[in-house]
Amino acid sequence: MNYEWENLKAVIQDVLKQAKSLGADTAEAGISYGKGLSATVRLGEIETIEFNQDKALGITIYKGKRKGSVSTTDIHPDAIRASLEAACNIAEYTEEDPCAGLADPAHMARSVPDLDIYFPWQVSAEDAQKWAKECEASARAFDERIINSEGATFSTHTHYRAYGNTHGFIGAYPSTRHSLSCAVIGKSPHSDAMQRDYDYTVARDAQDLDSRKSVGQQAALRTLRRLNARKIKTCDAPVIFASEIAGGLLGNFISAISGGNLYRKSTFLLDHLGKKIFPDFVQMKEMPHLRKGHGSAPFDQEGVATKEHDIIKDGILQSYVLSSYSARRLGLKTTGNAGGIHNLDVSVSDYDLPQLLQEMGKGLLVTEVMGPGINIVTGDYSRGAAGFWVENGEIQYPVEEITIAGNLKDMFAGLVAIGDDIEERGNILTGSLWINQMTIAGD
Amino acid sequence: MTTGVVNHLDIACQSLLEPAGLSSRELQQVLGNVLGHAVDYADLYFQSARHESWVLEDGIIKDGNYNIDYGVGVRAISGEKTGFAYSDDIILPALESAAKAARTIALHGGQNKIQVWNSVPTPQVLYGMADPLRSIADKEKIALLRKLDLEARRIDPRIKQVVVSLSGVHEIILIAASDGTFSADIRPLVRLNVTVIAEEKGRREQGSSGGGGRFGYQRFLEGDLALNYAREAVRQALVNLNAIAAPAGTMPVVLGPGWPGVLLHEAIGHGLEGDFNRKGSSSFSGRIGERVASDLCTVVDDGTLPERRGSLNIDDEGTPTQCTTLIENGILKGYLQDKLNARLMNTQSTGNGRRESYAHLTLPRMTNTYMLAGAHSPEEIIGSVEKGIYAVNFGGGQVDITSGKFVFSASEAYLIENGKATRPLKGATFVGSGPEILKHITMVGNDLKLDTGIGVCGKEGQSVPVGVGQPTLKIDMMTVGGTRA
Repeated sequence: MNYEWENLKAVIQDVLKQAKSLGADTAEAGISYGKGLSATVRLGEIETIEFNQDKALGITIYKGKRKGSVSTTDIHPDAIRASLEAACNIAEYTEEDPCAGLADPAHMARSVPDLDIYFPWQVSAEDAQKWAKECEASARAFDERIINSEGATFSTHTHYRAYGNTHGFIGAYPSTRHSLSCAVIGKSPHSDAMQRDYDYTVARDAQDLDSRKSVGQQAALRTLRRLNARKIKTCDAPVIFASEIAGGLLGNFISAISGGNLYRKSTFLLDHLGKKIFPDFVQMKEMPHLRKGHGSAPFDQEGVATKEHDIIKDGILQSYVLSSYSARRLGLKTTGNAGGIHNLDVSVSDYDLPQLLQEMGKGLLVTEVMGPGINIVTGDYSRGAAGFWVENGEIQYPVEEITIAGNLKDMFAGLVAIGDDIEERGNILTGSLWINQMTIAGD
Repeated sequence: MTTGVVNHLDIACQSLLEPAGLSSRELQQVLGNVLGHAVDYADLYFQSARHESWVLEDGIIKDGNYNIDYGVGVRAISGEKTGFAYSDDIILPALESAAKAARTIALHGGQNKIQVWNSVPTPQVLYGMADPLRSIADKEKIALLRKLDLEARRIDPRIKQVVVSLSGVHEIILIAASDGTFSADIRPLVRLNVTVIAEEKGRREQGSSGGGGRFGYQRFLEGDLALNYAREAVRQALVNLNAIAAPAGTMPVVLGPGWPGVLLHEAIGHGLEGDFNRKGSSSFSGRIGERVASDLCTVVDDGTLPERRGSLNIDDEGTPTQCTTLIENGILKGYLQDKLNARLMNTQSTGNGRRESYAHLTLPRMTNTYMLAGAHSPEEIIGSVEKGIYAVNFGGGQVDITSGKFVFSASEAYLIENGKATRPLKGATFVGSGPEILKHITMVGNDLKLDTGIGVCGKEGQSVPVGVGQPTLKIDMMTVGGTRA
């Protein structure tokens, strides 16, 4: 069955009406519906073709300050009715929570701006295969040390989202996402050890994708530069997080200032509003309406209008990242972040990565981090890492089987510079991050 | 046990096929259409899953969620190629259109025929099929959450925050395949978890504990099982209040029994999955018969342990699960296979074909992975270390299959000084090389334990429940990622 996004609004309206008739005081419902295609080619042959089609309806009903939630993939009328009854039953057992409820009606989005995130693209399975094949071929032809491949995948996906609540708010919007990725395996003639790495391109608009050839060649280059990696001696040293993983580190910062962790007192950045977290030169802004942005959204998961606002100004924390529930818990106003941060724009220096390496002189460039070793309650950070040892401002050799450790609070305060090599493939737009010192464990 | 097994298939047909007016005749027609193209193997995977969760926070029952997911996936395999489509509507037209999409992987002109479906009973029934969501009344679920909240707060006034969650799933699956498979399984799975925050002199630390398996909630009401999760979470948080920075560098490490078996899951388990080895992308590829561990080490993957979280009567391709020896006395013995990779590697499926849902492709995955017990007492093992680390609880881990480098992160660890576990250490990540690390195991304990039923394994974006286990182990050299260089 096909659901155009306008039809989804009708489903929502029906759900809300029925919720009222079943005794809910207020209710909210969201539907997401996605369609897509992905093709993987490995060693020049098609390996998988996947046709995706997913839908999910989520409903929350409130009886006074008690809530019940349900979700279902079945949106036939009798399934919706059964789901609503289940939600009402749950609300018989949950308890009065003074902060529970819909977002304040005053915060609802008044309009749904077009954010340039919908560029539908009719792609046949044959074209998808052909492009993946070209991409992988350019990686494999790049160097004879590329001995094997995990393949290249082309995928395209269209997503429709609709949300409404009993304040009378209802909004819907479509978006697209197209991507091409490639992963290859290399081996040096002097050793048995293999290395794997990958590259990818992703965009709302197919025109903004990197070329098939460049994705393949970058995947090959990234794999080759890891060959003959070694361990290093345990030491304290400066560390640069390459831009492709720097967003992850700032993601830890966002998590530490998120409402859920704040009201649970589960963060090392408790009570830090108005306090210095980063050095003076650091500015961060949430930009939810960025044209073609990966995190762009006209309203959050509660229908609250998203808007541009400062998170860090001159190193000082300006705003937490809150939903209306966590905001009420903290005695603050929602920041339109139910469901998370949209686009985070981070101010950068005019140094590119080679210049950052020059300035650092001696230390570690990290290009991969592994494992869950982050404790947001205490800020303690210890993760597996791979990258490159730098001396005299130049990369000397690849490094692996080491850990990097510190405390996030010290790492943020110890930020020396941010490169201009902005990673644009995700919703955190940052360059490489140079941290003054971390502990590296190796031999 | 035969009667129980026939019931699985009857119940699955009643709940998945009959409401849609489908019978085995329509399924054969759909598969027949797929085989109209040059396809070696095709399967239909029907699934319905009902899931609920209850959360207590700040002393009140704050959230309850109920979820229904059902649908059907169609897979067509030709050589190494797979076509895959699915639908969240179980009706004939949706099934037919998914089948038509999936078969585009191969050209017209199929020669293969569907094998006759034998409703052969599954040889094992490892868990009951009762719906765990209905195993106790909703008000008893609520009472259980409250009891744990009160227990955690009663033990120590430094406990400032308690979150208790209870969840259950009842899943019915049915597999119809062109190789003659026509099988079903009914899978209960429950989980209870307690997380606490302890606070003292402005310092806050977290502790977390829980467990579960393929049974009903009533198990949590037996004895002190559930209360012990609350006590354990509190104990961990209080220990961490006194933790000092962990050392950095390479040193002897003793791992406690049970959940630290996540070492085996990351260091070797993933590297032995059939897909990576067929493609030659694993650091273990082509190494069957070679020494990859000290001769003290025997490691198995066992999907047949009754009621364990990682166990299955049949895998998601209808193959009965089994106990597969991965490493025997240090020698690499076998890989974990699904049907696709087994056929391409000219061997048999080991019952490890698993998928997150009908909307995901089957991959070779682990079930319950553990190391068999050795000869030493845990005291002897710790006593043999002059200076090192004793790690008893872990958060999780990750591995790079190709280079073999893996990490796993401790959430509770102690310094060993002169043969005694002394001061608690802050969490640290351990890093090593899969094909090398088990060669450094110099002592294996006599205290084999499996985890309490909390494992979730992620691969290619798909999550499945798993188990791990091990006895106390001594690794004579391992890199520890603390902050004291």
